Amino acid sequence: MLYALSQIAYITASALFIFALHWMNTPATARKGVYAGVAGTTIAVVVTWAEPTVMHHWWIIGAIALGFAVGIPLSQVPLTAVPQRTALSHAFGGVAAGLVGTAEYYLRLSEGPEWLTPFRMVALIAEIILGYLTFTGSLMAAGKLQEVKWVPQRPVTYPGQNFVNGLLFASAIFLAGIIAANPTAAWAPYAFPLIIVLALTFGVLLIIPIGGADMPTVIAILNSYAGLSAVAMGFVLDSKLLITAGALDGSSGLILAIIMCKAMNRSFTNVLFGAFGQVQQAKTGGEQKQYKSETPEGAAQVLEQASFVVIIPGYGMAVAQAQHKVRELYDQLKKRGITVKFAIHPVAGRMPGHMNVLLAEADIPYTDLVEMDDINHDMPQADVALVVGANDVVNPAAHTDKSSPIYGMPIIEADKARTIFAIKRSKNPGFAGIDNELYFSDRTWMLFGDAKAVIGELVKELSGGSGMH
Amino acid sequence: MTGDLWPTLWVFVLASFIGLGVIRKVSRLLHTPLMSLTNAISAIAVVGAILVTGGDYPLSIRILGAVALFASMANIVSGFLITDRMLKMFKTDTKSGGSGH
Repeated sequence: MLYALSQIAYITASALFIFALHWMNTPATARKGVYAGVAGTTIAVVVTWAEPTVMHHWWIIGAIALGFAVGIPLSQVPLTAVPQRTALSHAFGGVAAGLVGTAEYYLRLSEGPEWLTPFRMVALIAEIILGYLTFTGSLMAAGKLQEVKWVPQRPVTYPGQNFVNGLLFASAIFLAGIIAANPTAAWAPYAFPLIIVLALTFGVLLIIPIGGADMPTVIAILNSYAGLSAVAMGFVLDSKLLITAGALDGSSGLILAIIMCKAMNRSFTNVLFGAFGQVQQAKTGGEQKQYKSETPEGAAQVLEQASFVVIIPGYGMAVAQAQHKVRELYDQLKKRGITVKFAIHPVAGRMPGHMNVLLAEADIPYTDLVEMDDINHDMPQADVALVVGANDVVNPAAHTDKSSPIYGMPIIEADKARTIFAIKRSKNPGFAGIDNELYFSDRTWMLFGDAKAVIGELVKELSGGSGMH
Repeated sequence: MTGDLWPTLWVFVLASFIGLGVIRKVSRLLHTPLMSLTNAISAIAVVGAILVTGGDYPLSIRILGAVALFASMANIVSGFLITDRMLKMFKTDTKSGGSGH
C-alpha cells in the first residue's frame, strides 16, 4: 500500500516535470512551468523523506537549510552573470551525483556486495565519471566566465593535447571496466578513487582549451552531462523518477548544444577538441585597412531619418551593461514612429538565449526580439543596422572568405542594411581574433567607445533634438 | 537482479523521446530560463541524497550524502527562483512594465 502511494507520487512528479517543460514553449505560460516543477520536486522530496529507512532527520534538515542559504543568493545574481551561475549549478549537479555514487559503492560493498551486479556497477561508474568530470569541467567554465584570476581566459593548448585527453579517458574507461567486472575484489575499493581522480582531471583538461566564444555550446554539453549523471544515478537506485528527470535534462542540453553547433557551423567534436583559438593568427597582420568613424551626433541624425532600425546585440552589450541604455534608445526611436527590431543570433552572448534575457530585463517587449533567420529576410529593408558589441555573428567573412575559421557559419546579415553603425570598444579584433570585413564596408561607420557610453550619447542627441520637430 | 534492467531502460528511452519532443518546441526566447529550469528539475537527484543521508549508515557515508543533499538543494532553490525571476521579465508590451511583481 505504502509502496503504491509512493509510486503514484513519483509518477505524478514525473508528469509535472514534463508539463513544466511543455509550458516553456511560450513566454505566456512559462511561469506555470516553474510552479509545476516546484510542485513535482516538493512531492518527490516529501515522499522520499517519509521512507521508513530515513531516520536522521536533523541531518536532512541541516543540509536542506544550507542549500537554501546558498541557493537564495545564487538566484539573485545580476543577469549578466547568469552564464556562470548556470555553469556553477551544473557543477553542483555533477558533484551531487558523484558523491551519491561514491557513497553507494562503499556502502553496498560493506553491507551487501551481492547488490553490486555488473549492470549496477556499469551504471554506478558512469554516474561517478560523468558526475565528477561535470563538476570540475563546469567549475572551470564558471571560472572562465567569471574571469577568475587563476583560470586562464584564453584557450590553453599544447601539442598532443587530444592525445593526452584521449589517453586519460581511455584509462578511466579501462579501469572502470575491470572494477565493474570485479567490484568486490580486494583491490577494488582502492582502485575506485583512482577513477574519481581521473574523472576530475579529465573535466579540467576538457575545458581549458575552450575559448569564450564557444561557451554557449560547452555550457549546453555540460548541461547534458549533468542530466545523464542523474540518469545513471536513477539506474543505480532503480528510480524511474530520476531517470525521467535526468533524461529531460540530458535531452534539453543535447538539443541546445545542437542548436549552438549549427549556429556556428561546427561539430561537437570540433568544439571540444578543435582548439578554436590557434587558427587565426596568420590572418590578421595583412594589409592595413581603414575604418571610417562617425560621431554620435552624426549617427543620431541618420537614425532620426530612418524608418526601420535593426539593433544587433552581442556579448559586448552584456559586458558594458548597456541593455538599459539600449532600452532608452529603443524608446526614443519608437517615439518617432520608427520600427525597431532586435536581431538575436543563437550564439550571441555566453549561453543560449543570453541576449533575450538581458533585453527582457531592460523591459523590451519580447515581440521585438527576432531570430536570425526571420530578421535576415528583412535586413535589405533596414535603413540602419546598429551593431552593439557583436562581432563574429555579423562578420560577412562567414559567407565570403573560405579561409576564415568562421566560414559557413550563419550570420545576421547586417551588411545588407543601407547604413551600418558598429559600436566597438577598441580597434582590436573580436573574441575569436578574426578581422571583421563588415567594419571596412563603405556603408559602415564605426562608433568607438564603451557601448553604454556611446548609446547614452545617442540617446542624449535624440532626446535633445526631439523638441525641434 | 538483471530483471530491473529492462524496465528502467524502457523508461530512459521513452523519457528521452518525450524530452526531445517537448524541448524542441520551447521558445528560443526562453533558452536561458529553460536551462536553469531543467537544472532545478534534474536536481531531483536530491532523492538519492536524502536516502543516503537519512539512512542508518556509517558516518562517512552520511557525510557524503549530506554534501550531495546540500548541493542538490542549492540547485533546486536557485534554479527555480532564478527561472521565475527571469520569466517575470518577459513582457509583450512596454506599458505593462514593472507590473510583474
